[in-house]
Amino acid sequence: MGAALELAAQVRAGERSARDVVQEHLDRIGELDGEIHAFLEVTTDQALAAADAVDAQVAAGEDPGPLAGVPVALKDNLCTRGVPTTCSSRILEGWRPPYDATVVRRLRTAGGIDVGKTNLDEFAMGSSTENSAFGPTRNPLDVERVPGGSSGGSAAAVAAGFAPLALGTDTGGSIRQPAALCGLVGVKPTYGLVSRYGLIAFASSLDQVGPLTHDVADAAAFLDVIAGPDDRDSTSVTEAQPAVSATLDRGVEGLRVGVLDEITSVATPDVRARVGAAAEALAAAGAKVGEVSVPASKQALTSYYLVAPAEASSNLARFDGVRYGLRVDGADTAEMMVNTRTAGFGPEVKARIMLGTYALSAGYYDAYYGRAQRLRVLLQQEFAVAYEQYDVLLGATSPTTAFRFGERADDPLAMYASDLCTLPSSLAGHAAVSVPYGEGDDGMPVGVQVLGPALSDPLVFQVAAAVEATR
Amino acid sequence: MSERISTEDVARIAELARLRLTDEQLSHYVEHLGAVLDHAEDLDEVDLDGVPATWQAIPLSNVLRDDVVAPDVEPDEVLAQAPAAEDHQFRVPPILGEAP
Amino acid sequence: MTDVTDVTDVWTHEGYELVCGLEVHVELATASKLFSPAANRFGDDPNTNIDPVCVGLPGTLPVLNRHAVELAIRLGLALECDIRPSIFARKNYFYPDMPKDFQISQYELPICSDGRLELPGGHVVGIERAHLEEDTGKTTHVGGGGRIHDATYSLVDYNRSGVPLLEIVSRPEVRTPDQAREYASELRAILLATGVSDARMEEGSMRVDANVSVRPIGSDELRTRCEIKNLNSIRSLGRAIEYEAKRHIALYEDGEASVQETRHWDEDGGRTHTLRSKEEAYDYRYFADPDLPPLTPDPAWIERIAADLPPLPAARRHQLADAAGVAASEAALVVERGLDGLCLATIAEGADAGRVLVHATQNLSDGADGLAPGAFAALVGMEVGGDLTATQAKQVLAEMVETGRGPAEIAADRGFEAMDSGDLHSIVDEVVAASPDEWQRFVEGDQKVMGFFVGQVMKRTQGQADGKAVSARLRELAQA
Repeated sequence: MGAALELAAQVRAGERSARDVVQEHLDRIGELDGEIHAFLEVTTDQALAAADAVDAQVAAGEDPGPLAGVPVALKDNLCTRGVPTTCSSRILEGWRPPYDATVVRRLRTAGGIDVGKTNLDEFAMGSSTENSAFGPTRNPLDVERVPGGSSGGSAAAVAAGFAPLALGTDTGGSIRQPAALCGLVGVKPTYGLVSRYGLIAFASSLDQVGPLTHDVADAAAFLDVIAGPDDRDSTSVTEAQPAVSATLDRGVEGLRVGVLDEITSVATPDVRARVGAAAEALAAAGAKVGEVSVPASKQALTSYYLVAPAEASSNLARFDGVRYGLRVDGADTAEMMVNTRTAGFGPEVKARIMLGTYALSAGYYDAYYGRAQRLRVLLQQEFAVAYEQYDVLLGATSPTTAFRFGERADDPLAMYASDLCTLPSSLAGHAAVSVPYGEGDDGMPVGVQVLGPALSDPLVFQVAAAVEATR
Repeated sequence: MSERISTEDVARIAELARLRLTDEQLSHYVEHLGAVLDHAEDLDEVDLDGVPATWQAIPLSNVLRDDVVAPDVEPDEVLAQAPAAEDHQFRVPPILGEAP
Repeated sequence: MTDVTDVTDVWTHEGYELVCGLEVHVELATASKLFSPAANRFGDDPNTNIDPVCVGLPGTLPVLNRHAVELAIRLGLALECDIRPSIFARKNYFYPDMPKDFQISQYELPICSDGRLELPGGHVVGIERAHLEEDTGKTTHVGGGGRIHDATYSLVDYNRSGVPLLEIVSRPEVRTPDQAREYASELRAILLATGVSDARMEEGSMRVDANVSVRPIGSDELRTRCEIKNLNSIRSLGRAIEYEAKRHIALYEDGEASVQETRHWDEDGGRTHTLRSKEEAYDYRYFADPDLPPLTPDPAWIERIAADLPPLPAARRHQLADAAGVAASEAALVVERGLDGLCLATIAEGADAGRVLVHATQNLSDGADGLAPGAFAALVGMEVGGDLTATQAKQVLAEMVETGRGPAEIAADRGFEAMDSGDLHSIVDEVVAASPDEWQRFVEGDQKVMGFFVGQVMKRTQGQADGKAVSARLRELAQA
């Protein structure tokens, strides 16, 4: 049983009060987050009130739900009613959404208690959390290193023991990569499995919400709570899917596991060695292990860095100073909009807005956006061939372990390459889970990634649990 | 220096995106965007003829809702977030041009 | 009037002819907005019909209104369009009345394409497409007398933001200002008959823009066009097109080129003035909206919608014209006034179709509630049989509508009997004798005097005489 599930069991059984659990975590945040900077906002009063409500339910003989009393950290691009939601951007400073994201409502209904909003790369654009307008987050395992990104605050919150569960969002690897760099389990569900309503969009056709946890069982339980059809999101899968937590103890006997060359060969030798070790362990557990190639993965980086900015350039247009958030006045409305956006967005966000504007502009659409979208289909076609041979694929999550601050900040392509291993399944819309699997030469954690086709989430979890069990 | 994007291009898209750049920022972004677009030449290595351009992981269509009035947030709560409001409306500096 | 093959019905001026296409935006008669559950209602206090989605709050997502799609299909079928799979795109531009700074609109693949609209006069205008999109909010300019350029600030109301619109785009096949007016009123009649929109031009739920160009008579080139906006009535539509066409002709005659641009119709000044130049086309960066899956209406759904379509004005005109043996254009007014059902039933009772249409056109008010086809037919029978004069029939009909009594009863009460020809002849003789000068002119061929003598006879008989019999007798006497 996972750490979070254990807490929930204690609360549900009345062995421990939710207030006690929540207070303990709030104390730890108060003590250590000054250095880590995982949180942008800690919602102490609201969390304690929610804890008391859980305790009252238990006292009344009711079951508060599977996440009873468990503290949850929320990435600050998920809307929370009345609580500042910034996307780590000046442009949303002070904005208090009048509604809750669907995932937030669902975790609360399950008894979970959100304790605060975590730091991210501005609008989730980055792989180190260095792009936050409110300062970087440090990796709790080595504060000289980045926690990864863009869900770096959520990853750091779990790794530092501030909350056993966190929600992140993954557009090109933004859950899995920080999970790998902080020694956690990170889940990118199949696109559409989890509602995006209330997730402030970066790239609509790629964004997915998912859990970051210490172990696979917690991640599965959490995903089962937040997944499912939502009539406020037209892209959410319209029929309920089987629970992912039902498959965890099934093992890998007879399953076919392919080590995906394109996402493994790009990794450093120590990371590659851990992938090899995981593959061997799965073989020892009864899986049939082989190697496989999905050649279009090589162009995934290009496709992603055209598609995601294109969608972002449109999604981020609404931040114009008219209706909410920052306004920097001007002589007329057009000037006010320019002033607001120029002051409100950070340099990386501006770069991607302009890149996306260019990719969609007249005369360039076909060469850039059009071809990038077609590459996604080619990638899906090639994955389909690979999945005829193998039930799941295995590979690295990040080409390297956690890097030091500033190391890649000046070279956009070096930073973008942090996502090489996670991009293919993002572009294809497929399921993927990163599981911590030992350490690299620098003593920092290494993650291995289990990939599966669309809606194979239960199978991916089954294999992820088996990988975890062989550690 | 990339041949894929010029200073004029970046100035034009910055204007389209309602961003103002200093000369220094302009040359920085020409370099930044140029590097990404140079890298994008690897797309030319792939044969994409006949490959359609769709992207859905799970093909959905006709996702519709019933025509029911059920707003779930008080309009006042939305208006309360306005940087400036007057007479229950969002107030902005004068609007000089028509919509394009 | 005109026919589709009638090439002479083209507006011409100083050697040029008109080429015009119309773009009509109509707000669909749904309860809620196109992509969210806020109310679609006109005239409420500002920003009361808003929700997080239609104000474009971060994190919100669109979900398509089924009824809006049905209404779009309904109109598409009424315009004989193909109903095809469609996708929603984002049209990107910054403007404060548009909360997301992009408009969701069908671009490359519209829901309805390739239709036709037959005008009451018979001319057919091709429909290029009809597509779904969301409306914008409304801005008010404060200070400077409400004028945009002098305003000190502006206010934005998002009640209209997200209201479902259908944009109906005609082919450039409108060739006279009258046809433009006919097109707009016929489209409006269809929108009302199908319940697709309340189509109120004065409230903005139907907005007509005209794309106007001219070319030398007989040419098939398409010259630079201007888009005319702010046409607040069907009357101003015709005026504006004529003004704009003449403006283009004057430009060409002066050796200048017309510039593709959007122009504003100034109703008071009776002229158009430029809004903005389209010379440098704005880069809207259209792309498929990743938040909305494609729309692929299945044939069974389309068939159900088709089965619910009421009879449309053109079909009703044809049905009545066939039954009455007249041209469709002659049935137009009767259909427009909703009297075609009554007329068809009355003709089916055996009544003379010509007299039925004359009464419906001249002597009945819209709808003519309560008039039974059987009684109407009996009245026409009495008239045709010579028991009532035309004038008497008109009076009886009015009383029938008012009281619901039968025609024979009313005629008897009023003492109406057809005048016998001997009485009529002697009255005509008296009238002729009383006005020898006029009679002389009539005999010499001045037909205009006929009306004078008929009037005199009617006066003496208090309208009881049969006008046709009077004129026949007058001609008889003149030739004798």
